[in-house]
Amino acid sequence: MAVQPKILKPPPTEVGLLGWLKKNLFSTWYNVLLTIFSVIFIYFVSRAIITWVVRDARWEVVTTNFRVFMIGRYPREQAWRVLVSLGIIVFLAFLTWVSRRSKGNPIPRWLVIGWLLSFPLIGILLRGFSEESSFLPLVSEDIWSGLLLTLVLAIVGIVASFPLGVLLALGRRSKLPAIKVLCTVYIETIRGVPLISVLFMSQLMLPLFLPPEIRLGTVMRALTGITLFSAAYTAENVRGGLAAIPIGQYEAARAVGLNEALVMGLIVLPQALRAVIPTIVGQFISLFKDTTLVIIVGLLDLLGIAKSVTGQKEFIGLHKEVYAFAAVIFFICCFTMSYASRRLEQTLGVGER
Amino acid sequence: MKPRALLPLTVLTIFALLIVAACAPAAEEAAAPGGRLQLIKDRGKVICGCNAELIGFGYINPDGEFEGFDVDFCKALAAALFGDATKVEYRPLTAAERLPALQTGEIDVLIRNTTWTLTRDTANELDWAAVSFYDGQGMMVRTDSGYKTLDDMEGATVCCTTGTTTEMNLADAFRMRGVEYTPLLFESTQDTNTAYEEGRCDGETSDKSQLAALRSAMANPEDHIILDVTMSKEPLGPLTAHGDNQWNDVVRWVVWGMMEAEESGVNSQNVDAMLSSDNPTIKRLLGVEGEMGTSLGISDDFMVYVLKQVGNYQEVYMRHLGPEGIDIPRGPNELWNNGGLLYPMAWR
Repeated sequence: MAVQPKILKPPPTEVGLLGWLKKNLFSTWYNVLLTIFSVIFIYFVSRAIITWVVRDARWEVVTTNFRVFMIGRYPREQAWRVLVSLGIIVFLAFLTWVSRRSKGNPIPRWLVIGWLLSFPLIGILLRGFSEESSFLPLVSEDIWSGLLLTLVLAIVGIVASFPLGVLLALGRRSKLPAIKVLCTVYIETIRGVPLISVLFMSQLMLPLFLPPEIRLGTVMRALTGITLFSAAYTAENVRGGLAAIPIGQYEAARAVGLNEALVMGLIVLPQALRAVIPTIVGQFISLFKDTTLVIIVGLLDLLGIAKSVTGQKEFIGLHKEVYAFAAVIFFICCFTMSYASRRLEQTLGVGER
Repeated sequence: MKPRALLPLTVLTIFALLIVAACAPAAEEAAAPGGRLQLIKDRGKVICGCNAELIGFGYINPDGEFEGFDVDFCKALAAALFGDATKVEYRPLTAAERLPALQTGEIDVLIRNTTWTLTRDTANELDWAAVSFYDGQGMMVRTDSGYKTLDDMEGATVCCTTGTTTEMNLADAFRMRGVEYTPLLFESTQDTNTAYEEGRCDGETSDKSQLAALRSAMANPEDHIILDVTMSKEPLGPLTAHGDNQWNDVVRWVVWGMMEAEESGVNSQNVDAMLSSDNPTIKRLLGVEGEMGTSLGISDDFMVYVLKQVGNYQEVYMRHLGPEGIDIPRGPNELWNNGGLLYPMAWR
């Protein structure tokens, strides 16, 4: 008679929750000590934070000023324009999400056109035509503030600096000495100075360089500074991607008869850009946070508004609440960006060739 | 486009930009002949540089609008020029860029707690128009610490905001008295105050108006006192760019007009009734008699609009700094005949 091996269950201390605990938290005596210390530390820190958030903090400074945080000095009766703009973006984002989810196809062409059209549309919607217009009265971009301004600075900065950065990267690798030198000097100059000084220069010097008929508002000047600054960094990131493309790719492309522009546009750039997505997104996240520096040129972005709100006499001394709220909003925005970038990497298959 | 075509195009663009840049600077001054006043009138609004984060003086209220003591003087200027206190474009400015903004003509007037000092007056090509608020650096301590004067504070730790004249005045004041102390420096007034509240220092120094505001917001204001000592003079007031006396005069006389109105007992409530007053000063102030406005280059009844829409100095003070505001005693900001320093020049 064959011996039926009796299958013993593993001891309960080795599998499941207990097993996990033992393996990861209590495997050795120093791990036990570390675990205990960590638990005590986490307990005290989180208790202090939760007590403050739930009991001590006076959140009415945030609830009362919620609109101010979001749209700042944008006129109240025109606030619907911001909502409509937000609606357009959410709608387009939803369509993009749906079209990507249902099939693995690239984004349909009409959606790309929709995105491209949405920028000028939202710009017109937010800014309006003239002061007399009854439908869309002018709301000068100079009074845009709060989260609205932060997003405008970041999005326009990112969208405008990207093509500029790609051109600069190509220029720096160009065989034409004039272009190469110009691009290199530009990139190295901008990378050699901090964003604060670029912002100051754009704020104070730009009006001197432009003809008097063109009077740029303060927001436009800050945008120019941010775009020029970000473009230099994008250029270096893209150049890194370009350098990673093996020479064989160029040679193969030329061998099938493509001219220089097509070699770049069809073969090299797509691969290079795909390779640098994580770096570029990282740079854009830091650009998003860097927009808070516009506070030093007197623009009231989300952080500037937060500072201003602490000056309200009803809410003196409540800056902890105000800054905590601003931090949460920044976190949400940055986390969304890095999540979107991970999705993009997955669908484009970065790193798996 | 072939890449080769890019080179001449780029060179051309750069040349075009250089030419434009070379021609541009002259134009800024070209607007000058009519003076700043004419420029503002043509534009239809005053561009007012202000502070966006100073308790009581300039901040954004929950409706997203600028509010505060300094902001009311911007409104008063708009009311005087256009009869409409809303015709102001506010330009929030930081301490670093406020003076350049005035010099480059970005703003018409700077009303942002700027202390009138000799070096600023001479080196920065600015003109103060008047003093609208007399501030001074003070020291706040805990009541139970027993400190009565700075001399008692031997060995004390003092919280202070870094990089300002406040820090230097503090050092001067203690060195003069031969008292040892430890400064504890922070980046912003708010941080300084938090550190003081948490007991990290024995005293906190800042402008007295700010100390009063911060004290009023503390859990137990009566546990803290502001010592009766003034470490520095901080006369604050509106400024204009150097050399435009006509515009400077308008700013100056609007500020003095608001003080004069308080002195003569004219305010936003009774200004209509006062139009038929027999008092010759009031008649001149409200433009019933004389041509005060005309000689300034604005309408004769400009003070009527200022008083109706903004109020006299007392009303502005009470609204933002009085008991319904952050509650600072008027002290030196009383009229001269009440023992203060406000002395509007003769309105005739």
